[in-house]
Order: sequence, then C-alpha cells, then structure tokens
Amino acid sequence: MEFRGEITLIIADAEKIAEVCRYAKNDLDFNYLVDISSLDNYGNDPRWTVVYHLRGLRHGAELRLKTDVSEEKSELPTVTTVWQTANWHEREIYDMMGIRFRGHPDLRRILMWEGYPYFPLRKDFPLAGKPSDLPGVAFTKPAPLEGGPFVTAPGGEDAIHREPRVRNPEQ
Amino acid sequence: MATVRDIEIHDSAAQAAQAAEELQDAVGEKMVLNMGPSHPATHGVLRIVLELDGEIITKADPDVGYLHRGDEKIAENMTYTQFIPYTDRLDYLAPLANNVAFALAVEKLLGIEKDLPPRCQYIRVMCAELARISAHLLGLGAFAMDLGAVTVFLLTFTEREKIYNLAEAICGARFTTSYTRIGGVMRDIPPTWLDQCRKFCDEFIPALDEVETLLTRNRIWVDRVRGLAVISKEDAIDYGLSGPNLRGSGIEWDLRKNQPYLCYPDLTFDIPIGSVGDCYDRYLVRMEEMRQSVRILEQCIRKIPGGADNKTKEPVNVADGKIVLPPKQNVMTKMEELIHQFILVTQGMNCPPGEIYFGHENPKGELGFYINSKGGGTPYRMKIRAPSFVNLSIIPKIFPGCLISDTVAVLGSLDFVMGECDR
Repeated sequence: MEFRGEITLIIADAEKIAEVCRYAKNDLDFNYLVDISSLDNYGNDPRWTVVYHLRGLRHGAELRLKTDVSEEKSELPTVTTVWQTANWHEREIYDMMGIRFRGHPDLRRILMWEGYPYFPLRKDFPLAGKPSDLPGVAFTKPAPLEGGPFVTAPGGEDAIHREPRVRNPEQ
Repeated sequence: MATVRDIEIHDSAAQAAQAAEELQDAVGEKMVLNMGPSHPATHGVLRIVLELDGEIITKADPDVGYLHRGDEKIAENMTYTQFIPYTDRLDYLAPLANNVAFALAVEKLLGIEKDLPPRCQYIRVMCAELARISAHLLGLGAFAMDLGAVTVFLLTFTEREKIYNLAEAICGARFTTSYTRIGGVMRDIPPTWLDQCRKFCDEFIPALDEVETLLTRNRIWVDRVRGLAVISKEDAIDYGLSGPNLRGSGIEWDLRKNQPYLCYPDLTFDIPIGSVGDCYDRYLVRMEEMRQSVRILEQCIRKIPGGADNKTKEPVNVADGKIVLPPKQNVMTKMEELIHQFILVTQGMNCPPGEIYFGHENPKGELGFYINSKGGGTPYRMKIRAPSFVNLSIIPKIFPGCLISDTVAVLGSLDFVMGECDR
C-alpha cells in the first residue's frame, strides 16, 4: 500500500514478524529501526495493530510493516533479537496498550510505575484517567531527624503546624 | 536425638559458610546507588539505578516516566491545531523546532508540504536553526557546568537569552512559542527581525570561539571526556541513536540532507561527524553544528523572499481557506470566510484517512510523528518518536565500566530532555 510516498507492507501472520524483520535487516539492508508503535482498533477484530518503521541508512529507503494481533492473544514475538532499540519501544507498547512481546529480555512497565493496573492508551481508557494507588516507594521509613526541632513535619493541615519555627517545643 | 545432632552440625556448617561469605562480601561487595530522579546532572527527572563495585559501575538501569503526561492520549482527543502548544512542551529547550516538526507532519498528511510558500519555508528553517543553537547551548552549558566549568554555562546562557528575545519578537512568547500553524506560521516576522537576527549571528560566533578556547584544548576537559563512553558505529545504529549522538559515532546521517524538507536543498551547509564516538566527539559535533546553523541563518537572511519588511507581500500561509484561518477582517464581512473560520475552529481541517510518518532533524535527534488518521480534524492515533527516549536506551550498554564521576559527563554528552522522553 502506498500513501504520500510511503510504502506499507501488511504482514499477515504476526508470529512471523521477527523473521520478516531479520530478513529485511540482513538481506534488504534495512539496518535502522526508527520506531515501533501500536494501534487500538477498538470494536474491530483483531483489536491490535503493531507498526514498525524501518530505514536503511545506506540506501535511504523507508518501509513500514504492520501486523494485526487479536485481543485474546495480545502477544507476538519480540524483535529485540534483531535491533536492540526495540527493547524500550516494546516496553512502551506493553505499558501503554498491554500487548506482550514473547522473548523480550525485560518486559516491564516503562513510563507508568510497576503495579499500575491499567493500559492508558487503549481506547476504552477515559481521557480523564481512572483513580489508582501510587506505590509507597518514597519516604516509607522515618527520616533520622524526624520530629526534631528543625525538621518540617509532613502532613500538617496548614503552614503554621508544619513550620518548625512556630511549633511548640513541648508538643 | 540423632536428628537434633544432625541439625546442630548442619547449622554450624552453615554458619561457617556464611561467615566466609561475609568476609568475601566485604572485599567484593556490590553497592546499589540510586541516582535521581532529582539530581542536578540528570537534567530533569531521570532516575538511574547504579550497581557499583567500588567506584566502577557494573550495571545501570535507567528509570524514565516521571514526567509522563500522556501527550499521545491527549492528541487523540483534540484537533491538530490544538495540539501545537503541547509540542512546545516536548523538547522544551527547542520549542520552535518541535512546532515546525509537528506542522510538517500534519502537512504531509494533508499532502500540502510542497505547496508551502517559500517565505514560510525560510522562516521555519530559521526557527529550527535558532532552536538548534539554543538547545545545543543549553546542553553544552549544563554539560560543562557538571564537569566544573561554570564560566561556559554563563557564556552560553547569555547567548541563549538573545535567542529568547528573537523568539519573543516573532511570537510574543519566549519559551512556549507555538509559532507555527498547520499550513504556515502564526504571523509574518516583524520588519526589524532580520537585522536582530544578523546582529545575533555576528555576536554569536565570537562568543562560541570563547567557549571553544575555554574547553576544546583544555587539559582538564579533554581528560574528562576523551575516550569516555565510546559508542561504536554498529551500536549507534543498533540502538537507534539519532542526531548528534549518531553523528558523533561517525555515521553521516542527517535528515536535513538525506530526506530534505523545507528549503534545506537550497542552502549549503556541512554535516560534522565524529571519528571515535566518545563524549569528546559528541561535544565537537555539537560545537560544529552550531557554526553550521549560523551559516544557514546567514544564508536565510540573505535569501528570504520578500526581504525584511516583505514589500512584495509574499504569503506566509498556504492559500487554502480550508486549512488556514482567514484574515479577521474578512471573517466579519464575508460569508465564505466566516464558514471556514467556524469549521476550522470547531472541527479542525478535514484530513484524509491514511497514515504517515514524518521525521524532523531536531536538536536532540530525529523527532518523528506517526499519525494514523481516520479522516476529520483529530488523529486516530499519534505516536511521537522522541529522540531522547531512544537515545537514553543505550545507557545500560555504555555505563558499565565508567566511574561514578563519569556519569555526569556521559549524561551531559548524550544531551537529553525528559519532557520529550516521557511525553
């Protein structure tokens, strides 16, 4: 398919994407992976589309690969074995859409925090967001000087109660 | 009874083994050090979990996302024009370049990128190059300050201030410019602007020379950055680096030359590349890029159609009422313009269904927009390919083996912006 001078190839079988990418890199000299992005075709089947942008730095040509993944499966092979740069791109897609990449060395959330329950770029996730708990990673242990004369107390209702200068030493 | 004795023997053996292990640990113990997210050398909110053996880093795990605002989700819910102010906040050190990149991407979707009036193209090139100088100056100033050369920071910030003044003169805002519009720019440049720009170019080169005398052959500087964090050509491509970081590794790839857009084909400039791929090469590439940007600016000042005061009334927007807002006086007096204004403001321009990717050579590297449109005024999906995000992914590869004090130098030489990385 061609649109605005850009060529898009649709890979029918998502399981073959790593092989196709390796072929494109080794035999067609597309040595540079520009980007991987994902689409949520909400309400259609298959629900996910993963989009790869390839470029050959030597010949300057660009190629876009697209492949569909069904919602029940939500999984396809990783291309980190072909390009290292795919590592973070695939982590971002997992984080934002919830598509898993089989064989990825370190598939964790990247922009949201570990343990975040939703996938925010899905079309059924509202723009305003959903309430969720922040993990208590910071300041879980009392600081060494907490309660001392020169330490601001956290969580006071107003500045008078937080500021050490106005706090009563007896309290 | 026998069982109890057995356990006692086992226990003492385990204790002995543990004691021996502890002794060994004291010698080769690894320490985990948390750098950031609010560390002055991480230039924003980058957090890196370092595993240290003494002073040498054995493992580094960058943790990004502290500045995540969901720009891609926001973009799906507004018209293309409404998204322009959000692009200011991507690479907030070069907002003008982001504006140009985004406008060009949407124009590619509309298929009007070849119809842009020449004056508009020249203005946009000047904006992009000023943004490049500004971003490199900040990157360089912070890089040098982190390594102890505070004077450089003061010099570069004096020059950046002048660029802010120039930005203020064209659009009223110093920082969040939002200067471009889809199909043109917000307004034409003021008549005195080219003179101000020329004055800046004349003053800038001596200032840059001064910075160069302070750094390029400075023993302390060279000792700290030369041979540090070498990125080979293969790694640079494998990790998808772009911009000065890619060229520092000796790969001649610049979108302005390789996939020319705007009026770059009419301008002569060189692409500096490094030979080793260390921090020093990346520094040298940025220094030379600023000189080339000044060269581009000087050519633009000479060649811009219409000249300073645009006596010949060269247009700065495409002549299509369905894309660019009509002049205000016509909206109030003419029916057709009123309709155009109403549709553009409420629904946005009518984009065709389709998908495009446009990569722009931003100061930090390739800023790409992948727009998937189902038609109408809003994108169905917009992916922002942020150069800082991709450039940072190489940290786990290059950090091991560095000293803890080298981290600031490596981070400075990678020159990233978290606003763009986290989007």
